[in-house]
Amino acid sequence: MKSVSLISKLAVAGLAFAVSGTAMASGGHALPYSYVADVDNLPSVQRGASAFMGYCSGCHSMKYLRYSRVGQDLKIPEDLLKANLMFTSDKVGDQIISSLSKAEGAKWFGQAPPDLTLETRARGEDWVYSYLKSFYVDPTRPMGVNNLVLPGASMPHVLWEKQGWQKKAEAEHHEGGEAAHGEKKEGEHAEAAGHGHASPFTLVQQGTLEPREYDKFVGDIVNFMAYAAEPGRSHRQSLGIKAIVYLLILLGFAYLLKKEYWRDVH
Amino acid sequence: MAIVPNPHKTTGIMGWIDDRFPATKLWKDHLTEYYAPKNFNFWYYFGSLALLVLVNQLITGIWLAMHYKPDAKLAFDSVEYIMRDVPWGNILRYMHSTGASAFFLVVYLHMFRGLLYGSHKKPRELIWIFGCLIYLVLMAEGFCGYVLPWGQMSYWGANVIFNLFGTIPFIGPDLVIWIQGDYIPSDATLSRLFSLHVVFLPFALVGLVVAHLIALHEVGSNNPDGVDIKKFKDPVTHIPLDGIGFHPYYTVKDIVGVCVFLILFVAVICFAPDGGGYLLEKPNFQEANPLVTPEHIAPAWYFGAFYAMLRATPSMFSSALPGVIVMFGAVLILFLLPWLDKNPVKSIRYKGTLTKVTTMVFAADFVMLNYVGLQPPTALFTLLSQIGTIYYFAYFIGLMFFHKFEKSKPVPERVTS
Repeated sequence: MKSVSLISKLAVAGLAFAVSGTAMASGGHALPYSYVADVDNLPSVQRGASAFMGYCSGCHSMKYLRYSRVGQDLKIPEDLLKANLMFTSDKVGDQIISSLSKAEGAKWFGQAPPDLTLETRARGEDWVYSYLKSFYVDPTRPMGVNNLVLPGASMPHVLWEKQGWQKKAEAEHHEGGEAAHGEKKEGEHAEAAGHGHASPFTLVQQGTLEPREYDKFVGDIVNFMAYAAEPGRSHRQSLGIKAIVYLLILLGFAYLLKKEYWRDVH
Repeated sequence: MAIVPNPHKTTGIMGWIDDRFPATKLWKDHLTEYYAPKNFNFWYYFGSLALLVLVNQLITGIWLAMHYKPDAKLAFDSVEYIMRDVPWGNILRYMHSTGASAFFLVVYLHMFRGLLYGSHKKPRELIWIFGCLIYLVLMAEGFCGYVLPWGQMSYWGANVIFNLFGTIPFIGPDLVIWIQGDYIPSDATLSRLFSLHVVFLPFALVGLVVAHLIALHEVGSNNPDGVDIKKFKDPVTHIPLDGIGFHPYYTVKDIVGVCVFLILFVAVICFAPDGGGYLLEKPNFQEANPLVTPEHIAPAWYFGAFYAMLRATPSMFSSALPGVIVMFGAVLILFLLPWLDKNPVKSIRYKGTLTKVTTMVFAADFVMLNYVGLQPPTALFTLLSQIGTIYYFAYFIGLMFFHKFEKSKPVPERVTS
């Protein structure tokens, strides 16, 4: 019996550890910011679509998404779609394909810019949000910038005119003190930004947007990308509520039916 | 014994049919006059639920196969085509992908029920063996299906599994090439896995399920008390006193279970089809790339325990063969359960403390192994998986002896309600 209780204790301890370890393991690499996309915020997703087409689609395709689907889901009429969002095609049934060919992309950047249709599902919404906020000046890199989330990224800081330029914060800023305190305050104001993280960057030259506005701008892009990664998301969620309501009613009748039949079982 | 046509003497249209095909006989033998113990509890829902999930997989699978392309160049794109351009395609795909996980969950609970109440013991050994074969085929089916979307984890997971065969001495490396049809997993591999997934394995699965049910209906269902209800029959009707017709009693009861299950199933499909990365893994949203290895290759959650055992076993002569043997041994030892379990008492209700405690620890151990198998192999996780693996096998061996060191409770003559 003694050995049995020892084994059971070990197993219980192991299980407890396993449960507590979940949080740790699911975090993976620590990201500087956290973000949960809101694909039901239509104006934001529309702004994100416009920003994506303006700043990203020059190099990045979304080959699994058709313009017509974007127009239909985001309630954008065809004329507005054609005038504002379609730069490489005039057929609304076409997929969003960048005018930069894979071969050219590889020649320019060392590797072809990846297709971004599924990026938020492959890397996470957090990751994309953090990536777009984590370019910092690094003269050793060919594009003059590096990225904290994807070190050695070959992408230039395309959104520099919006965000401006930022430097990696010195190590002591993480420790506390006034600078870190100031950064933290800014983070708290930022919409949907990570809570309580001291920013790992210091802004050296501000772009056309305030830091808070830039966070919102990036949030719009991530919302659009999250929509693009799964255009059917809103539909399945609304379907789920209807199906569950139906099943709850059915469950009630099924339970009464069972009770009725089982009255004669003793 | 000669076959008597239309033993129930039906007339009219049913009579015409019953003279030629045993429709009424089958209906009565397997439903209305199949007498099941009246004391089934919560654990007895999972058999009918497994059948439900099987039907779900077959039906959604038929429609997915209408749009899926088993071609290494097109497979990944065709899945996204299903997700976006096929009407209701995303729901079909999520029903199928969530259904795979639900199948394993339900089957694990169904097997645990068998272990708890001694459903593997005489005279139900063959029911258990057919069940183990179903589980084995299900694992193969799950593996093949997992590879079909041709994402990064599909590809590299397949790579790991195929290389297990490479550990077999002498023939291993050639065997891997023969199985893959190429030097690495490729289009040839994908096509044959598709063929197995949609033709051979579903056939085998359905055939084994039929055999499982025929064997069950031949000897009758066990119950939470582990007593034989056929010992006490009504002297006139010969119906077991503690038996009730499967239909309508258990059909209406199982509908309640089906409703509860479907609510949970729909909740996952519609609100968390990714299951936090455990049901649909992030790397599987990137197309398979033979040149880029994902930083952490983890199996599907339902294989976690076996993967943990594989990694827990140290290599010998720089070969992972011992791990492969341990892993397959963990599945094969299930087949021996009816003969390893020497306890004269069937149901855990009347077994002694030692069996009760070790069985609960066994369940916890299996859950732990499943979890550890999905994590990166840190020193602590390796130690846990080693302890877990030893306990897994020790438990099965222990079933031969536990009853000698414990006091069983008296088993009642008839079922308790």
